[in-house]
Amino acid sequence: MNIVVCIKQVPDTNEVKLDPKTGTLIRDGVPSIINPDDKAGLEAALVLKDKFDAKVTVLTMGPPQADKALREALAMGADEAILLTDRKFAGADTWATSMTLASAIRKLDYDLIIAGRQAIDGDTAQVGPQIAEKLGLPQVSYVKELDRDGEHLFITREFEDRAHKIKVKMPCLITTLAELNAPRYMSVEGIMDAYREKEIVTWTRDDIEIDEEALGLKGSPTRVKKSFTKAVKAPGKKYDVDAAQAAQIILDNLKEKYII
Amino acid sequence: MNISEYKDVLVFIEQRDGVVEKVSKELVSKGREIANTLGCKCKGALLINDINENLDELFHWGLDELYLVKHKSLGEFMTEPYAKAMTHICKEYKPEIVFFGATSIGRDLAPRVSSRMDTGLTADCTSLDVEEETNNLMMTRPAFGGNIMATIICPEHRPQMSTIRPGVMPMINKDESRPSVITEVAVPFTDADANIEILEVVKHTHELIKIEDANVLVSAGRGIGNPSKLELLGELAEKLGGTVSSSRAVVDAGWTDRAQQVGQTGKTVRPDLYFACGISGAIQHLAGMEESEYIVAINKDDTAPIFDSADLSIVGDLNAVIPELIKLLPNK
Repeated sequence: MNIVVCIKQVPDTNEVKLDPKTGTLIRDGVPSIINPDDKAGLEAALVLKDKFDAKVTVLTMGPPQADKALREALAMGADEAILLTDRKFAGADTWATSMTLASAIRKLDYDLIIAGRQAIDGDTAQVGPQIAEKLGLPQVSYVKELDRDGEHLFITREFEDRAHKIKVKMPCLITTLAELNAPRYMSVEGIMDAYREKEIVTWTRDDIEIDEEALGLKGSPTRVKKSFTKAVKAPGKKYDVDAAQAAQIILDNLKEKYII
Repeated sequence: MNISEYKDVLVFIEQRDGVVEKVSKELVSKGREIANTLGCKCKGALLINDINENLDELFHWGLDELYLVKHKSLGEFMTEPYAKAMTHICKEYKPEIVFFGATSIGRDLAPRVSSRMDTGLTADCTSLDVEEETNNLMMTRPAFGGNIMATIICPEHRPQMSTIRPGVMPMINKDESRPSVITEVAVPFTDADANIEILEVVKHTHELIKIEDANVLVSAGRGIGNPSKLELLGELAEKLGGTVSSSRAVVDAGWTDRAQQVGQTGKTVRPDLYFACGISGAIQHLAGMEESEYIVAINKDDTAPIFDSADLSIVGDLNAVIPELIKLLPNK
């Protein structure tokens, strides 16, 4: 069984703070991590590998320093890692990103493609389904539970108001939720392997078959017209008093605002 | 691509068990407004197996025409039959704008349809406008965990597609005199379209009041300490005529359900009153609730960022303050 896991290196947005005065982002010193939903996808692949002896290939598109995310994935137990990197890929929206990733995946053997549901920096949740579309594969998104029997996957897909128990034949693409599992830590041996034994394969634009017009910013149907931070709201009154007084203050304010 | 061939606004009318989702009515109302600005029509696409309600209300909110696709494969949501039907309608009727609710169904379906149409898609928008000079749709969305707002355009491809967050578009300008015009559309489905098999549907029954519909939310953060405290919060919510919601941390801990999660990866809420109890106020959380009318925050940590967004901030132990408050509140 061949599994391809698509991961993205993202800034840890939980660590991002807003400058309260200017409302701008403080990005300095923010660590880069494997996107949490993708890491759950990788763990799911490694669990299948433990059970069924699968080969797990991790794939990322990004700047050269995204190799750190791939090393981490190798240290967790992935077998191979591919870094898609080229200046021509820069500025890609989800359409161009999925075209590029799909072109890379076409070169690989796969039974299952796993992508995290969404990245915490872009929050689009679009690249997974768009890769599935480009490759003409069935997709199951929002995967909360996963098992395999022969050529079929058995999946619990989580929606807002219901869950679906689904049977799908491979090859297919699934998108995973962070709550699918608790990703394993890198082992010492794994880290040694990741840096000494295993290699990261780098592919550029010339290594994949794709129309020049489909790449990067030029290939992207959407454009960012402008970006801005939200206006900072003036904070209300703050009280540090005993519980009874605090309760009275809340009550008075709710009455004053006609909420109760 | 000849952009001028494309006109009208098309709204994907999402249904579950034959009943139209509220977000679709919000999008029809917004679609009507945009259609008026552009001088075009607002249309809907309903893909369904069995209709379980009167559809007139969709027209009252602003639809000029509804494309109806009825087929047995359109009951419980499956990506491929839905994507096929939406793509068919987009190719046949060439809308310039297509809206989907940013629900799990909309966000599964829209990327497939936009990709098949070779056009752009903007995810999870919270505001929509038309640019005056170009008539391009300006789609504004939060990114970077809600830290940044970005306005996206799709200037050279049609349709311009977006998914739109439930609960952010107001339902306005209802007109009960607008007639119902339904056009049945035949889509050439094949057996191969059902490329997944739904073995079982497990409906979540515990969701009493949807948090996005509640006027008052008492919201639990990691600072509540342990799940037994949710009872206390529930008691306060009951006294205030509201319900309990929570931050992502509390959902991840398994103390509350995902349906109760407020924030960037949960739901956007704008109740009259939002009680943030032991919520530190991560930006991802603020993105989901900062439009609430009145925000009360209770937190032990004097430096919690939630206090910067609250209208009333109480530095203190919620286990002491909330019982006192419950005592003071009149019974409903």
